[in-house]
This record gives sequence, structure tokens and C-alpha cells, in this order.
Amino acid sequence: MNRFPLWKYLLIGIVLLISILYTLPNFYGEVPAVQVSPTRSVIKADTAMQQQVEDELKSAHIAYTQAFIDGDSIKIKFANTDIQLKAKDALQARFRDGYSVALNLISASPDWLTAIGAKPMYLGLDLRGGVHFLLQVDMQAALDKAVDRYTGDIRSQLREQNIRYSSVNRNQQTVVVHFSDAATRATASTYINKNFPDLITTEADAAGDYTLIASLRAEVQKRTQDNAIQQNITTLRNRVNELGVAEPIIQQQGADRVVVQLPGVQDTAKAKEILGRTATLEVRLVDETHDITAAIQGQVPFDDDLYTERGGLPILVKKAVSLTGDYITDASPGFDSQSGQAAVHINLDSRGARIFRDVTRDNVGKRMAILLIEKGKTEVITAPVIREEIGGGRVQITGMESAQEASDVALLLRAGALAAPMDIVEERTVGPSMGADNISKGFHSNLWGFVAVAIFMIFYYRYFGVFSTLALTANGLFLVALLSIIQATLTLPGLAGIALTLGMAIDANVLINERIREELRNGNSPQTAIHAGYDRAWGTILDSNITTFIAGIALFWLGSGPVRGFAVVLCLGILTSMFSAVTISRAMVNLTYGRQARVAKLSI
Amino acid sequence: MEFFRIKHDIPFMRYGKLTTAISMITFLFAIWALAYKHLNLGVDFTGGTVIEVAYQQDAHIDNIRAILATTGYTEASVQTFGTAKDVLIRLPLHENSTSAKTSDIVMNALKAQDATVTLKRVDFVGPQVGKELYDNGALALLVVAGGILLYLAIRFEWRFALAAILANIHDVVIILGCFAFFQWEFTLTVLAGVLAVLGYSVNESVVVFDRIRENLRKMRKSSIPDIIDNAITTTMSRTIITHGMTQIMVLSMLFFGGEALHNFALALTIGIMFGIYSSVLVASPLLLMFGVKREHFIKDTTPKEGVTTDGAQV
Repeated sequence: MNRFPLWKYLLIGIVLLISILYTLPNFYGEVPAVQVSPTRSVIKADTAMQQQVEDELKSAHIAYTQAFIDGDSIKIKFANTDIQLKAKDALQARFRDGYSVALNLISASPDWLTAIGAKPMYLGLDLRGGVHFLLQVDMQAALDKAVDRYTGDIRSQLREQNIRYSSVNRNQQTVVVHFSDAATRATASTYINKNFPDLITTEADAAGDYTLIASLRAEVQKRTQDNAIQQNITTLRNRVNELGVAEPIIQQQGADRVVVQLPGVQDTAKAKEILGRTATLEVRLVDETHDITAAIQGQVPFDDDLYTERGGLPILVKKAVSLTGDYITDASPGFDSQSGQAAVHINLDSRGARIFRDVTRDNVGKRMAILLIEKGKTEVITAPVIREEIGGGRVQITGMESAQEASDVALLLRAGALAAPMDIVEERTVGPSMGADNISKGFHSNLWGFVAVAIFMIFYYRYFGVFSTLALTANGLFLVALLSIIQATLTLPGLAGIALTLGMAIDANVLINERIREELRNGNSPQTAIHAGYDRAWGTILDSNITTFIAGIALFWLGSGPVRGFAVVLCLGILTSMFSAVTISRAMVNLTYGRQARVAKLSI
Repeated sequence: MEFFRIKHDIPFMRYGKLTTAISMITFLFAIWALAYKHLNLGVDFTGGTVIEVAYQQDAHIDNIRAILATTGYTEASVQTFGTAKDVLIRLPLHENSTSAKTSDIVMNALKAQDATVTLKRVDFVGPQVGKELYDNGALALLVVAGGILLYLAIRFEWRFALAAILANIHDVVIILGCFAFFQWEFTLTVLAGVLAVLGYSVNESVVVFDRIRENLRKMRKSSIPDIIDNAITTTMSRTIITHGMTQIMVLSMLFFGGEALHNFALALTIGIMFGIYSSVLVASPLLLMFGVKREHFIKDTTPKEGVTTDGAQV
């Protein structure tokens, strides 16, 4: 009665083998590496780029152990961190614009393991060091900005339509327009309702004062807020690329928060400065009257700045700013309707549109430069020729090489600045030594606890103690393999969770062993006792795990950060322990006793 | 080897008054500690900044205080952490301070005085986030308690569920009371430990209750207290060994896990110790008090005898 069919042994064997394979990468450690990733979508990480990277390293006489393409970046492994740092400097000098060069650590496990998708566990920030920021987006400011724009638009359009108002103002998140008679207000109301579908209007009357109050529709408010947070995330992503972080995490959390996690970043002051920075867009006229060659030699005219265009050509730009990016409401990639060339379509708000119309009218035939200023660095995105007066606030910029570049420029224009201010509401920084320290402490807690439990179990239950210990080992193996396969984030509380689940998992084996002893005491034969012991303990094992599972689920649901890591381990540990405690130990018991026709005594 | 070979049932229920009295005293003591000394809530819940730094030599706490005072952080609490070289600086929330800049200012000041100081950890939590973590923590406690109550009510009967959850809430209150009395810092991780132990120690009640239910059916002639005594005695060996094993793991964490896991392991240690006691000696008298009767089970289990007997017995 205590025999497993062959398929059960095979199944256990296969599960064990898979678990060992997927646990292995955790033992190989990591090697220093540098990764080069293009930050613009026009450039792809391909074999050509890999060749460039390798050539650069060769010409700088930097020895590397391996270079390969991984997703959208080129990764290069080095023998030690000294070479790694040297390589980073060399690559950064070569791949300056349009690339992000970052230090990284790559699993040292052999290629065949990587090929089957076996990766080491993903370590949380408390184990690998780095910073975690939680940023709160000021949604009120985003809405204020939107309403401000409508206030300006309504003012200028009413004027254009010759609808006489006494004043137009923003009052909190509404546009308040005062009229001196009801008839004008009615005209204005009709006009606004027709031309501003995003607004909803109400009326209020006082003696001699007729008011029209326009506010954003609920769905428009929501859209504005969603766009604001999306734009902030895009901006943050662009900025983090500059920081050179290997595996940044930038995610929306809730309606108005953004999580930024930068593993390995130590200089938090710099990280904070870059994340909090504001970029500005400027439109300025190109100075074509002065000699560019003289300027390159150092004689830059007093009123001008010398910049380099994206193509690499030098360009003289006037210092006077015609228009800033504050007036841009949207930018999207597209095509020129006549030539079919790639283009970027920009929408300006009414004030911006008026300024732009005036500037273009006065400068037809001249060139105009669009500059992005970030971190004190100015980049000329494009410098097209003004062909005609441009009114209406819809501007089309051509001169892009491809549709890809058009979408990059559109993104830059949109993402250059934050849509709404953000505040850091939570920060967690862990130093690199602290992370390594935490790993070793977590590991030792597990090791010594396990050794103590094993000694006791073997001492107390003899053979059955050995089976229980081996089952517990298998449980640890399954858990680590599962965590590696699903790439769950392992944190210090998670490591504590492994220790705790191992301590709780032995419960199942104690239950079984005690039950077998009881059956023997009641006078049952050893084979019957084993059978009954395993059979009857199962219900209790299930019961005793469900309540802990409930706690784990609640923690996962309501917890955050490291606590979530603990919850994941707790829940997975319960699942693996139910399998290993029953199946693995039973298999060993069956192999030992099941084949004997008569068992005189059990070693328990 | 066997520790527990008990020939006769131990009359636990006869000591019911005594155990209930002990429970009441420890429980009231814990409530008193919570009410008068309050939990020493960590930065996770209160908001504020915690900075952990490491010096090459033993740190001079007074010097550090003086430096902090020059930067305007006079309310800072400075203490060594684990070793004499590691220092923990706690700064309360400032009304006007631009939140996350605090750590930069403090680190710059400390570096100016001793360039070898290294930053080990910074935790900054804004007031809003702190409040949310607090609310979510309290909600998690309620959800876990409610979930267990519901599960036990379905699995057994409401009297059992209520007795078990009360016994285990008694554990939680005692853990919290200990943390308040000794002013150990109560962090998010400690809360996670408390919830895990709540789920874990309910198991004990489940095992004992399972036995009680089985005995109600088997020991037709015995009185309810005798039935409970028998159930507790027969499951005692298993209870003590499994808890002992978990306790070994937790103690290993307490000794080898370092400062970061210290309070977490402490919460688990207290929780597991009181878990054994309460799930046996608090839950069962409560069950008796709620008036459990044979009829509660005989009626609805008779038709499906076989189903429930293979449930948990030890």
C-alpha cells in the first residue's frame, strides 16, 4: 500500500530537476558590466551598434569578456569593476548623444542557463542598494494650468468674434466671464458651447452683472489629469536615461503618484536634482546676417549664441526669445499634407498663437530655431525656414529625416517639461554595503535556523526526521526556483519570510510523524501506520495553512514595498510546502519501506 | 525519542479560572502599556526622516548632535545602532522643510566634519504617505481577522470562530503591549510579522477544535470539559514541537538577522510563545464559555461521517 506508481517518481524527479536548474543562477553571482542603450527610438540596438561598441573598447585597449544584445541595449561584461569603470568612461565619451551608458551587474551564470530563461532572483532595493522615490503629482496645478489656457482662449476668441465682455478671469478651476447685458451673454454662451466642447457653462445673475461660468467637464478633468501624469512619467523616463541607471522602474501608482526606483544609484542628491529639474523650450530667430565662420573662431556677436544643430552644423541664434514652450498645448508627429514629408504638428494656446503669428509675419523667409534647454544644456532641435505668416496656433515643423525622428521631436516637445509640479513624498535609500550586508544576514538567519531544525528533527524522528529534513530542503529549493522563475522581487523581509515559511513548513512533517507514531501506539502495523499517517494528516495540513495564506493575501493587497516581498514569499512558501512535505517525504518513505513485504519496526 | 507520553488527560479546564485570570492580567497590562506609554511608531507611520550612517571609528554622538543643531535640526534624536560605529539619526517632520532635501543637508554637514562617514540608509516618509501606511496597516489587521473569522465560521461554527479569533487578538494585543512597554520601534515590517503570526497561531486553535469536534462524536459519555481536556492533551506534542521548530527559525533571525530584522523577529518570538498558550488555554475556555454543545455538530455531521473524520487529527 505504500508504493508510488512510476509516474509519480518521474514527476517528482522532473520537478526537482527543473527546480535545481532554475535555482542554479542564484549561485553564480554577478559580474560587472556596462550597458549602452539608445534613448531615441530611431536608433536600434543591433549587431552594427554592438560592433561600434566593441570597436570603441578595442581602440581604447579595454579588455571585455563578452558583449551581447539584450533587448534594447548592448551589454558588455568585464573581469572587474576597475575595468568596468574605465569602459564606462570610454563608452560615455563616444556614445554621448542619444544613448544612455550605465553600469550594471549581470548574472555570471553560463549561457545555457540564460538560454532556458533561468535568471537569478530579482533583488529589491534593500538588498542591492539604490533609491526609491514616491512622487506626488500636483493635480490641482495641472487643472489650474488647463483652465488658465481656456481663460486665455476664451478671452481672445470673444474679442475676435466682437462679443463684448467686461472681464474674463480664472476663479479656482472655472473661467468666469462678466457681461453687461443678458443678450451678449446668450451669444457668448452659444459660441462657447459650440467651440469649446470640453467646457460646460452655467449662468449667474446679479444686478447689472451677467455672469457666465465655464468649467471643465468631469471626463475632461480626468483626461487632463491622466495626460499630466503620463507626460510626467515620460519626462522622468527621459531624465533617468541621462542618469545612466541600468534597470530603472518608473511606474504610476494610484491616480496621482509616480514610483521611481533607481537600483545602484548612490548619489541621491544628484538623482533628486535631475528628477526635479524643469526643461524649457524656446523659439528664437536664427541670425543669418553675421558670419558663421568668424563666430566659430570665437567672435560670437554680442546678441547671439553659437549652437550646433542636430545634423552637426554650427548655427548662430539670437539671444532674444520669441516664444517659450509654456504656450505649447500639444505636439504630435505626422506628415506634411503637400510634400508628404515627416513633420511635427504643434498646437499653441491663443496667446502663443498670437505671438507666433506676429513673429512669423515679420520674418518670412528667415530661419527660426527651436531650442530645448535642459540642465543648462541647449540643443537646437530644428531650425526651419519661415515660408509664410502662421496664424491660428497650429504650427508644422518639417525637416525631420524620418517619421521616427518626427515622433522623437514631438515627444521631446511634449516631454521636455513637466505637466505639473511634483513633490517627493517618500524616499528610501539603501547604500550598497548595506544591501550586501542584508543579503548575508538574511542568508545566515536561514542557514543556522535550518541547521538547528534539521538536527532536532533527525534526533527526534530518526529516519523520518531525515525524510522531513530532505523534504524541507526540497521546499527551500522549490521556493527559490519559483521566486527565480516568476522574477518576484526579493527583499530583506522576503528573506525573513523564507526562514519563517521553512519554520512553518516543518509543521506538516511533524503532523505526519506524530500521527504515524500514534497509529503505531494504537497497535497498527508499520505499513498501515504510514498509510494512515499521511492520509489523515493532509486535512490538518490544509487547514493550518489556509489561515496563514489569508494573512499573506491581505499583506500583499495592502502592503507596500518590502512588505509585499514578504507577502509573496509567505504565500508561495505555503504552496510549495504543501507539495514537498507530503509528496517528497512520502516518496522517500515509500522507497525505503514500501518495497519490503514485512517491516518489523519503523525508525521514528 | 519522545518528549510527550502522557497517560492521562491533563485537566486543563479545571484550571480554566486560573488561565483566564492570567490572560486577563497580561491582557489588561498590555492595554495599559498601549494606553499610557503608546506605541513607539516608526517613521513609516509617523512620517519623518531616518538616516543611518557608518563611521570608520566609534562615533561621537554629542558631536553629531552639535553638527545637526548647526543645520537647524535641533529635534533630532541620535543614537548608536547595533555597533558603536553605526549611528541612527531620526528627524521629525518639518512644516516648512522641503521634505526630501533633509537627508542631503544632514549628510553634507556630517561629511564636512568627517569625510569618512558613509550613508547606509535613508527613509523619508511624508505625512500623507505615513497616514496611508498607518490606515492600510490597520485595515490589513481587520481584513486578516475578518478573513480568519469567516473561514473558521464556515469550517466549524461561529462559537469556534469567535473563540479562536478572540484568543488570537489577545496575542496581537500582547505583542503590541510589549512593544509599547519596552518602547521598541514599531515599523511596517513588524506589522507584517504580527499579521503573519496571527494567521499562523490560529492553526493551533484549528487543530484543537478539530479534535474537539471529533471527540464530541466519539466520546459520547464524556462531559464537554473532559472532551476538551482530551483534545488538548493529545495534540500537545505536535503543538509544542511545531511551534518549537518555527521558534528556532525565528530565533535564528533574531540572532543572525541584524538590526534590520531584530524587531520583526521579536514580534514573531512573542507572538509564537503566546500563540501556543492562548490558542490552547484561552480559546478552549472561551469555547466552553460560549456554551458549545454536542448537538451543534452531531446534527449536521451525522449524514456525512466519513467526510469530516479525515480532517485534522493528530
